[in-house]
Formats: sequence, structure tokens, C-alpha cells
Amino acid sequence: MTFPKGKLIAIMGLSGCGKTTLLRHIGGALKPTKGYVKMDGQIMHELDQDGLYAMRRKMGMLFQFGALFTDMSVYDNVAFQMREHTDLPEDLIHNLVMMKLHAVGLRGAQQMMPSELSGGMARRVALARTMALDPMLVMYDEPFAGLDPISMTVIGDLIRSMNDVLGATSIIVTHDIQESLKIVDYVYFMANGVIVAEGTPDELRASETDFVRQFIHGEMDGPVPFHYPGVDYRQALNLRA
Amino acid sequence: MAVVSTIRAIGHRIVNMVWRIGVAARFFFLTLRYSGTSFSRFHLIIKELFSTGVMSLIIIVVAGLFVGMVLGLQGYETLKRYGSESALGVMVALGLVRELGPVMAALLFASRAGSSMTAEIGLMKATEQISAMEMMAVNPIARIVAPRFWAGVISMPLLAALFSAVGIFGGYLVGVVQIGVDEGSFWSQMQAAVDFREDIMNGVIKSFVFGTVVTVIALFEGFDAPPTAEGVSGATTRTVVTSSLAILMLDFVLTAIMFRGA
Repeated sequence: MTFPKGKLIAIMGLSGCGKTTLLRHIGGALKPTKGYVKMDGQIMHELDQDGLYAMRRKMGMLFQFGALFTDMSVYDNVAFQMREHTDLPEDLIHNLVMMKLHAVGLRGAQQMMPSELSGGMARRVALARTMALDPMLVMYDEPFAGLDPISMTVIGDLIRSMNDVLGATSIIVTHDIQESLKIVDYVYFMANGVIVAEGTPDELRASETDFVRQFIHGEMDGPVPFHYPGVDYRQALNLRA
Repeated sequence: MAVVSTIRAIGHRIVNMVWRIGVAARFFFLTLRYSGTSFSRFHLIIKELFSTGVMSLIIIVVAGLFVGMVLGLQGYETLKRYGSESALGVMVALGLVRELGPVMAALLFASRAGSSMTAEIGLMKATEQISAMEMMAVNPIARIVAPRFWAGVISMPLLAALFSAVGIFGGYLVGVVQIGVDEGSFWSQMQAAVDFREDIMNGVIKSFVFGTVVTVIALFEGFDAPPTAEGVSGATTRTVVTSSLAILMLDFVLTAIMFRGA
């Protein structure tokens, strides 16, 4: 799998197929038993803690439900990394936070606490926090999960525009086909921990591969069976053959 | 076969226990190692001092007052039999400063502040806040654990001292104000009998040790909690149970070392 600079790439697949695990490998949170993740010329699992943290300063990650710090306001959440990693004066941090919040349309919510935000707003604040230090690689773990259609479009547009403005590389892990195909440049399909299909959104829409067709059209049965493997149905009902 | 599986289960539990003690010890050393950041940004410790120390004040003051009053009442009834009512002040003060102050304050601290620390960190883990911090290249041990650890270590001796002081006042209220023990002998005998190094400092050392142990247990349980509702609730319970047992066991060990033959 390769993620070229400036591209927005989706990793799709069924729940439990290893998408989030892959993100954790890219972020250096897990060590692979086989293979490696190379970013900016460095192999992630060979880095010591200082090297890993230095690499992570170039990354941003949007967690599935935002993972905002619940004891901090929206403002402090976005300012968090700036205060931790830079010596910028507080008035400059203020301006940067305002710019980030303005970009996600939540400048007016700066004093709110995470518990006061809706799911869509929390995701947008988390997006502003992810972009706080203008990362070169941004990872999104299920950014559309649990959002209403309007919030979904807003988040999708923000992800695309932020990627283009920053010139960053973005990786979206999702199983939301329709929303992600609208914004991404390339897609990898995963099943059981391996890549089963890949291509641009248009190529995948036209794909004749059974798995891709089933996934894109949301068909109930196909290469991915509806029934989880188990004993014979008649046997489960204690019926004689 | 049943015997083999029983032995296997016991062995498994022992190995698990030893493993957890090892992981907890490593966690403790990492906390010490990354404490430097906390001291260079002392406002983080002050914030935690408020939630662990200041927020525990009410329970400490109220419990201290009642424990002191009970000591005054029971002590008077016992001392009266030997005609030594005037020694009530000494009995209340030594009982509180040497034993009840550090132990009771630590037990209350474990149930009030320890459980809260475990639940907070456990929930931070369950809601991926700790993972988010790690992905931002911020060490959660340095940013979350170390300030709470030092807040616990600093606040515990202060809370124990407050418990003892309020307890002595409770003993005074019952012994002197209500029952009528001579006020002069209550205070003067206390002043003469309570030794700063032998009694007060040993009490401070005890509360310092209890504070360290309770805070490490609370933080470790929170950090190690499975990221589920059941996991966090189990970790919170374990914090209170393990801390309470550790306090009582350590109290015996410390008392045996400090006061044997004194």
C-alpha cells in the first residue's frame, strides 16, 4: 500500500477486517509481526520513543468519536498541541486557534465544553485539533460514523479542503461508501487483513469484482456471506435430517 | 484431572499476580522518570491538588471530628476506671497522630480521591483520549499520571494532619467541653507527651507512604483498566479494595518498625 503526498486515500472494508489496526501500525502504536510501515524515509517500528514522537508531530489523527479531552474547553483542546510542542506566546496561540476553529465553522463555540457539543460539532472540533500543527499526514478513523447527512457532507468537504490547503496526505478508514467516494482520490479495499481490490472511485464504481460490487451496492449476500459460520440450521433447531 | 486443573488455575492466578506487580512497578518507575515535566509545569499539579486534596477536605474534616469525638468518649470511659482522666488529651493525640490520622485519612482518600482517579483515567482510556494524546506525541504518563501522582503524594500527609488536628478538637469537645475533663491538663499533658520526631514525624512518614501507595494503585488500575464500562467499574472497585488492604498491611509493618519498644 502506498500513500503519495497530497493524495486523499480511503481504506475500506468490513468491520473487523483490520482497517483501524492498519492505522495504528502507521501511527507506530503497534509493531507488525511481518512487513513494515515507512514514512518520510523512516521505518516506524524501528524508531525509539523519541524518534516515534518526533514522527508523530508530523501526523494528525482524527479518532472515531473525536476523543476530545473532556476536562478542557473547545479552545483548550485545539490549543493543546501548540502549548505542548511549541514555545509560541499565548496571544499567537489564540490567533492560531481562532483560525483553526474558523476553518471548521466553530469559532463561536470556543468556550464550550465537549459535553455540550453535538456529535458533528465534536468531530469538527477534533478535526481542528488534528490540524493544529499542520501535519504532513492525517489519518481519519471512521470520520462519518454516527453523523447525520448534513454533518457527514460538512465533514467530508472539510477533510477534502483541509487536505488540499495543507498539501498533506490523508488516509481515511471508513465503510461509508457514498460519502467517501465523493471526496477521495484512491481506494483500497481490505478483507481479512489483505488488499482485495484497489482503484480510483470511478474504477471501483465500474468494477465487476464480486466483493467490490457487493460492498458498493450494499448487497446482503455474496462473497461476504450473510450468515456467520456455524452449525447446520436444522441441527441448531434440533430437527432430524 | 480436577486436581491438575485446580493447580493449573492457581498457578495461572499467581503468574498473573506476579506479572501485574511487575507491570505496576514499571509503571511506578516510569511515573518517577517522567515527573520532571510536572515540576516544570507546576500548574498541572496544582490543578490535581484541587481535585484530590481540596475536594477531599469535607469528608476528612467531618470524619476526623467524629473519630476524635468517639475517641474522647471511649477514652474517658476507660481512663476513668484508673483515675487517669487527665491523660485523655495524650490518649486522643497519640491515637490520632500515630495511627488513626494516617490510616483513616488514607482509607478515606482511597475511597474518595483514589476511586475518582481510577474512574477518570479509565474513562479517558475508554474514550480514546489517552490514545489521542499518544498520537499527538504527548506522553500520557508525563501529562496525565505524574501530576496526579504528585498531587496525591503531597495532599495525603496534609489531609492526615488535618484529620488528626480536627480529631483532637473533637476529643476536646467531648472530653473537656461536654464531660468536664480539666482543660489545662488535657492540653499540657498532650504537649508534654507527644514527641515531634517519634510521634508526629512517624505519622507523617506513614501518611506519605500511604499516599504514595494509594495513588500508584489508583493510577495504575485506571491506566490498566479494560476500555469498557465493566472494565472501568471493576478497576475502581479494585482500587478501593487493594488500597485499603495495602494501607492496613503497611500500617502494621510501619508500626512494628517505628514504635517497637518505644
